[in-house]
Amino acid sequence: MQIDEKNVNFLKKVEELSGEKITLCEQCGICTTSCPMVDEMDFTPAGIMRAVQIGDETIIESKAIWVCASCFSCTVRCPRGIDLSKVTEALRQLTLRKNVDHIDLKEVKKEKLPAIAVVSALRKFTG
Amino acid sequence: MKIKKFPYYPGCTLKQTAKNFEKSAMGTANYLGIELKELPRWNCCGAVFSLTSDDVMHQVAAIRNLIRVQEMNDSGMLDNEYHLVVLCSMCFNVLKRANIFVTKDAETLFKINEFMDEEPDYEGTVEITHFLEILRDFMGFEKIKEKVVQSLYGLKVSAYYGCTLLRPREIGIDDPEAPTIMEELIASLGATPIDNHYKSLCCGSYHTVGKDKDIVARRTYKIIEGARENGADIIITSCPLCAFNLDNRQKLSKKIYPDFQYMPVLYFTQLMALAFGKEEEAGFEGNYIDPYPVLEKRDLIHNLKVR
Amino acid sequence: MKMVKIYIMGKEYQVPEGLTIMKAMEYAGYRYIRGAGCRAGFCGACATVFRKEGEYKLHADLACQTTVEDGMYLVQLPFTPANKAVYDINKVKADDKALVNFYPEIARCVSCNTCTKACPQELEVMDYIQASLRGDIQGAADLSFDCIQCGLCAMRCPAEIAHYHVGQLARRLAGKYLAPPAPDLAKRVKEIEKGVFDKEVKKLMGMSINRLRKLYNERDIEPEEEEEPKREAD
Repeated sequence: MQIDEKNVNFLKKVEELSGEKITLCEQCGICTTSCPMVDEMDFTPAGIMRAVQIGDETIIESKAIWVCASCFSCTVRCPRGIDLSKVTEALRQLTLRKNVDHIDLKEVKKEKLPAIAVVSALRKFTG
Repeated sequence: MKIKKFPYYPGCTLKQTAKNFEKSAMGTANYLGIELKELPRWNCCGAVFSLTSDDVMHQVAAIRNLIRVQEMNDSGMLDNEYHLVVLCSMCFNVLKRANIFVTKDAETLFKINEFMDEEPDYEGTVEITHFLEILRDFMGFEKIKEKVVQSLYGLKVSAYYGCTLLRPREIGIDDPEAPTIMEELIASLGATPIDNHYKSLCCGSYHTVGKDKDIVARRTYKIIEGARENGADIIITSCPLCAFNLDNRQKLSKKIYPDFQYMPVLYFTQLMALAFGKEEEAGFEGNYIDPYPVLEKRDLIHNLKVR
Repeated sequence: MKMVKIYIMGKEYQVPEGLTIMKAMEYAGYRYIRGAGCRAGFCGACATVFRKEGEYKLHADLACQTTVEDGMYLVQLPFTPANKAVYDINKVKADDKALVNFYPEIARCVSCNTCTKACPQELEVMDYIQASLRGDIQGAADLSFDCIQCGLCAMRCPAEIAHYHVGQLARRLAGKYLAPPAPDLAKRVKEIEKGVFDKEVKKLMGMSINRLRKLYNERDIEPEEEEEPKREAD
């Protein structure tokens, strides 16, 4: 893959939005082994980091960034001190801020749920 | 006994599906000489901390609540007490992180104060404290041990911490890799703490909403089986969303894993209520999986009329 | 007659001082086909937004109740697009999850308080949305009691909540399920159904308008009740 300006801009955008220095990642994979959700993901957390490093924008279409529930398991273990939860949040926000939701409120209405569940889901899945 | 008053933030769910958490916490706090004074006109904190660097809007809700703590002190409702006590783990996490977010950045705090022009300025004076920290640091577990009237001897209790009490490190109430605070509480009540390899594994959180509930059901299975394998009778937690997922979603786990067996999930305050002889304030009627069979087996239920 | 300068949808007009926004717009040549109703501040049809010269604040109020000021920029918002939940009030379970279940978008509230600032009725709109979220139906009903459904809260909300519909559902649930039953009302409805008042109604219907007016003006008026003490926050 050829890295061009577009890729660099994507990396810069995600770094700015997340406030994290993504180029610090050395691909050690501790995030992946710490992730309680990895078996539900199409990309591993380390894979997400690599995709952003090379500026692969298609990562925002992955399932993995939405499966990440911000449990901060990777955050407390990253030897490079990167907060991956902020990276996945930034990637989600790139979609949500275009006024595209990741959840259908008709689905939410199907079951009576605790406020805490609806508030957190709507904060994470609606823009 | 001198009553110590703290400002208290309940959070929406403690007024709704987790009434048993609030009821048991209020009962046990009073018994320990602590009065939790609910903030006037509090609002939802947002449940999850907004993680993008430029998002100030989603911090407003949390900070508005902290202004209420200042107001309580200014109006004389409290005597110079700025430790805001929180029961819900998620609210604790959001309030504590938002507090750090604005107090370490004067420009952001200024922006939020300017935006909330109808409120007095937030001065960064509030400290967010989980009720478990009050028990450990203000009371001390030795003192709690002395207060036990009904030892929970024989009951095997596994603590489930989840995520938001422990992580990220700067806001956690204990070591994020090897927490002991709830085990110490369990032991002080006379019960046996049971370790669980999955005690801080994410339960799936808000995936419980919408189409992907199975994500939660699979994690619930893992967490509860982890506790059972080590011999636990029950699980305790401090998060109403974890409680919903671990308690109510067990029936979904059972659908996926037919061999799965139900296990009661309590709030830590319900366990305390039991040990303090306040069964009627434990609010067990609010739990989805009935804890009575286990408690009866361990000979811990005396006042049967509360059923 | 002293005149003031106002801008209606960006166009400048000179209108007499002291007019309401509604009358000023009519003076300027606009005719209300929608967005005007009782002209007395009760129906909520004439929502309006305006800024004053040299001010950053966007004000929201009722056109029939607000007097024009020199340098006012204004526009009417005669309608708010918003979905109202469809329900059979007899089948709804008024539990603490009902409001957030019908209107999950209330969970998006960021507590910015913009709705409260926009409310021409000076209601604590944010507070009743917060009450709704935590399942306090009675609290939401009480706090939204004077809502006139003008929709200004919903227009200003960054979380895209339709507050006034939530408040209405809360009041309906409170009225149906939480308020103590009114035995006198039930008794009277039975009497009406039995036809106890048919004869009197028939007599009234045969009367001339002047006779009716006289009767109306001479009717017994119950003394106003003392204002009820405010509900203590629990």
